[in-house]
Amino acid sequence: MTSLKILFDRDTWQEIFGSIRKNKIRTIITVIGVLWGIFIYITLSGSAKGLDNGFERAFRNIAKNSMGFWAQRTSVPYAGFKIGRYPELRLADAQLLKDRIGGIEFIAPRNSRGVFGGTPPLVVNNNKSGNYPLYGDYPSYAKITTKKIYDGGRFINDQDVKYQRKVCVIGERAEKELFEKGENPVGQYIKINDIYFQVIGVHKYIQGGGFESEGDIFIPFSTYNKMYNRGDRVDFFFLAAYDEQDPVAIEEEVLFNLKRIHKVSPKDERAFGSFNIGEIFQRIIGFARGMTFLSLVVGVATIIAGVIGIGNILLISVKERTKELGVRRALGATPSEIRSQILLESVFLTIVAGICGIILAAFVLAGINAATVNLEDFPYTNPTVPLSYIFGALFIMVSLGTLIGLIPAQRAVSIKPIDALREE
Amino acid sequence: MISIKNLHKSYQMGSSSLHVLKGIDFEVEEGELVAIMGSSGSGKSTLLNILGMLDTADEGDYILDGVEIKDLDETKAAKYRNKFLGFVFQSFNLINYKNAAENVSLPLYYQGVSRKERQQVALEYLDRVGLKEWATHLPSELSGGQKQRVAIARAMASQPKVLLADEPTGALDTKTSYEVMDLIQQINDEGNTILVVTHEPDIAQMCKRIVMLKDGVIVEDKKVKQVKAAAHV
Repeated sequence: MTSLKILFDRDTWQEIFGSIRKNKIRTIITVIGVLWGIFIYITLSGSAKGLDNGFERAFRNIAKNSMGFWAQRTSVPYAGFKIGRYPELRLADAQLLKDRIGGIEFIAPRNSRGVFGGTPPLVVNNNKSGNYPLYGDYPSYAKITTKKIYDGGRFINDQDVKYQRKVCVIGERAEKELFEKGENPVGQYIKINDIYFQVIGVHKYIQGGGFESEGDIFIPFSTYNKMYNRGDRVDFFFLAAYDEQDPVAIEEEVLFNLKRIHKVSPKDERAFGSFNIGEIFQRIIGFARGMTFLSLVVGVATIIAGVIGIGNILLISVKERTKELGVRRALGATPSEIRSQILLESVFLTIVAGICGIILAAFVLAGINAATVNLEDFPYTNPTVPLSYIFGALFIMVSLGTLIGLIPAQRAVSIKPIDALREE
Repeated sequence: MISIKNLHKSYQMGSSSLHVLKGIDFEVEEGELVAIMGSSGSGKSTLLNILGMLDTADEGDYILDGVEIKDLDETKAAKYRNKFLGFVFQSFNLINYKNAAENVSLPLYYQGVSRKERQQVALEYLDRVGLKEWATHLPSELSGGQKQRVAIARAMASQPKVLLADEPTGALDTKTSYEVMDLIQQINDEGNTILVVTHEPDIAQMCKRIVMLKDGVIVEDKKVKQVKAAAHV
């Protein structure tokens, strides 16, 4: 009999089911071993993927390789300058940086008041007033972080900057505090520092968008600089690199260029400050990858443990059935028939257990997903397991089941029928 | 049917060797019913195991139905057992999770006989041992005598050349023993060759020929007047 024929022979399966049914408890315990293994494997790798997706979501409102730069005090004397100088970022630096560094996709110079320093300006609408952080911005800023503007409004555009228009985008909190309920602020005028600005939009505050708050007011960069007499000085450059760029390398290039432009020693680590979301993001992605890897290792190890359990139990079962196997051989069963029966039992149990485990794990993942779907703060979204992982696991299980099954199968045929029959 | 010449077998017991069969010469014609007798340790079971190809001889020839049995590997032995021999054991050795009919059809399964035919043959043989209505019962639901009859049906189902019975009545009471012997005699009367290993003289008397073994040699080989078991049932 060829092995393929055995596989598709109804009698073979009847023999297997017969011996499985005979040992229900043994079978169930064995199956649970492997089921647990694959369950852990699928649940862990699915959760790792969910975590991965969750981090992606947490950063969805900001370009993943964005970074910011600002000037501080020099700490190294250079080119005739003493230490302790405050280099000043200029508007022209933006173009210089973009020209010199090909990896920069967007660069947004920003000025602000009431965030890192300075008092937030007083904003007045009729008899209502409040103090809100104020930003002078370029339209490109909205390309680096997502700004959700409510219906009927817009963000600052190029024309606003060019003509130094007195327009502003206010935050949700400012809207609530300065306007009546139900009143549409767009098109109305509010006073910022005793200057009338027309409201052109209300932005929705989104978590993960930098240091901003729901009260922020954005006005065109040029208007801001004129209002505060800042000339072409810039507090802060915010930029986004192209997706495929290494954020750490871009950060180094920008710092290097800023130091050259502002005659700061290349060795001066303190002259310019920076933060790098790309680097943070890379670290988190690395963490998530590590989790995935860990889950793979743990999962595969658990599967192996489960399959070894099957081998173990089959070994006991073969011992229990020594006499039966002896009878079968006295009746004419060849060693290969006995071997393939034990092997098929092992593989069959493994596969059944594996499929049950996969189904159970899918339910658990769906359950976790349903429980966390509305938790914005919890970085866990859409836990999935790639099909390749599942097929990989099944493949591992079948091959391990075969390998492990070989031990009891070999044992079963190594006992001489005469010895098997003598066994009481 | 069976011809053995100068058969030797010894077992290695640690450093010493135990010479169990010391040159057995033995012929069995077709249709014979032979009792092999002897006290324990006389070598009768070893002889039967060698005849049944469950064990191999160290020396000597064994010809079964014109086929020389030698250089057996397990696969070949299994095929020969399946083709030539039927076994009946003292402890029945039915497979306890299979019902009577399934037990009977097992040798046919290893012959590659189709399901339907197996089922049919199994029922036929169960009918012959008078257990047709017990076909779907598990061995645990049968009495000792019934179990042995199922075992005999199983041994006969593959239509073997020789039926080898190792103490077939050893685990049964006298009445049931005679019932089983009656069945064996019936099968013999149909022309089948049967070898029965026993140490009970009354069982031996129900055979047609008695071979006495002692210390590994045949000390007596005589034809006897068969006592019909049916008379005692």
